[in-house]
Amino acid sequence: MINDKNSQKIVDFIQNWARKHSIWVLAYGTGCGAIEIPPTMTSRYDAERLGVRGAATPRQADVLLITGYLTTKTLKRVIRVYEQMQDPKYVIGFGSCTINGGMYYDSYNTIKVLDKYLPVDVYINGCMPRPEAVLSGFAKLQELIAQGKANGAQKYKDNLDWYRENQKKIIPNWVMPEYNW
Amino acid sequence: MDSIWFKLLGVVVSFIVAFTVGMTYMGLSRKITARVQNRKGPPFYQNFIDAMKLGSKTSAIHHGVMQHFGPAFLMVSSVMSLMIIPVLNNGMWFSNLNFHGDLIFLLYIMVFGPLGMALGAGQTGNPNSAIGVTRGLSQMVGFEIPWVMALVALMIQYHTTSIVDLMNIQVESGTWLIFSSPFAFIAAVLAMLGMFRYSPFDIVGAPTELASGPMSENGGKYLFTMMSSASVFAFAKLTLYVDLFLGGASNLIELLIKTFVIYMIPVLYGVVSPRYRTEQSIRYFWGWPTFFGLLAILYAVFF
Ligand code: SF4
Repeated sequence: MINDKNSQKIVDFIQNWARKHSIWVLAYGTGCGAIEIPPTMTSRYDAERLGVRGAATPRQADVLLITGYLTTKTLKRVIRVYEQMQDPKYVIGFGSCTINGGMYYDSYNTIKVLDKYLPVDVYINGCMPRPEAVLSGFAKLQELIAQGKANGAQKYKDNLDWYRENQKKIIPNWVMPEYNW
Repeated sequence: MDSIWFKLLGVVVSFIVAFTVGMTYMGLSRKITARVQNRKGPPFYQNFIDAMKLGSKTSAIHHGVMQHFGPAFLMVSSVMSLMIIPVLNNGMWFSNLNFHGDLIFLLYIMVFGPLGMALGAGQTGNPNSAIGVTRGLSQMVGFEIPWVMALVALMIQYHTTSIVDLMNIQVESGTWLIFSSPFAFIAAVLAMLGMFRYSPFDIVGAPTELASGPMSENGGKYLFTMMSSASVFAFAKLTLYVDLFLGGASNLIELLIKTFVIYMIPVLYGVVSPRYRTEQSIRYFWGWPTFFGLLAILYAVFF
């Protein structure tokens, strides 16, 4: 009874339902897109009615929101933050910059494709995305969570070597603790 | 009817009631805050969903033994305070494990949890936690003074240190203590503003300033423990206020109405106030609340 497939399905369903309706966001304000987060959270668009709420520290957060371009310097901090977060965790790439570099496509100082360094679950495109787009991104994430398909963290664990290789290409002086889940 | 099993059953039932009611109240306060800010706000059961999610998260954090014990201390202290506060005043159900002198015991046990949490937060080594702890303890020095003064005034006035006796006095004389010792009530309510840590007194867990202070290294199940202990403790405190000043309650509905009215004082005061700095907060508690506490003691001695 405890370990059979059907009861596990029920548990998963309930857990995913709870995860879907309670998304605590760590908004890492890296780029200019961060300015769209306050209107999303405050009275005009009120993301809290969907259960989306700001988290204070990586330990408490479920979603890491990368708002825009990532300079090579911030990448290290972002990786550290991501690895401090507790499972289950998701990453949302926010703005064109995280998808293909956006208008910084030829910059020497920013990374271009976020997915090479961190496993992104949902992208929100636009430069910068309006709060409606942000909310639709959250809705997409909720959908994925409910179906159990938002498994970026699992991807990260499975392909840790590949991600590390890419990360170390950008960060030459790699002084970081080991990722220990 | 006085058997230990009956008492244990009452304990379990009052814990469940406290948890449910506390969580619902906190959810309602989020909703009310949202309405004041002209938002729609989360549903009132949002806190239960959050709790479920937190409970299902992994917690692969280890900073030392004390860090794991911190939230447990909080929970223990909340449950212990709940155990000695009689929930209803008809004496049979929910009277819990009260005894003579429990008011003094309560004063000790209410600070036990935060102290345990302070040790736990200290071991995480996070500077934000350390600052949060120092702020919390300084604020406690602030609001404990009017709070103790209010309770001492009650003890002097009615020559008892038992909560049940105070409740019986109110039932027999027919007047609530809020009318017969008003200054004590004012001092206690002002102290309660600090106890609940809503703004302007949310200097301990200020999310943007301190990254939530003492709990900044605690996620998942630890946060779940803290959240549920906070709800249980909130219910215990509200019930204590109702017991002491509003004549207790003879049934659950009455208790819910009375506690909700009391609960609205810190919540509504909070939603329209920005955050104080630490020294402003302490100065606040050593000002008018302490003055009313002194007045209450003088009133109790001379009348
Ligand atoms: S996508 Fe546009 S708005 Fe967003 S960070 Fe890049 S340049 Fe700025």
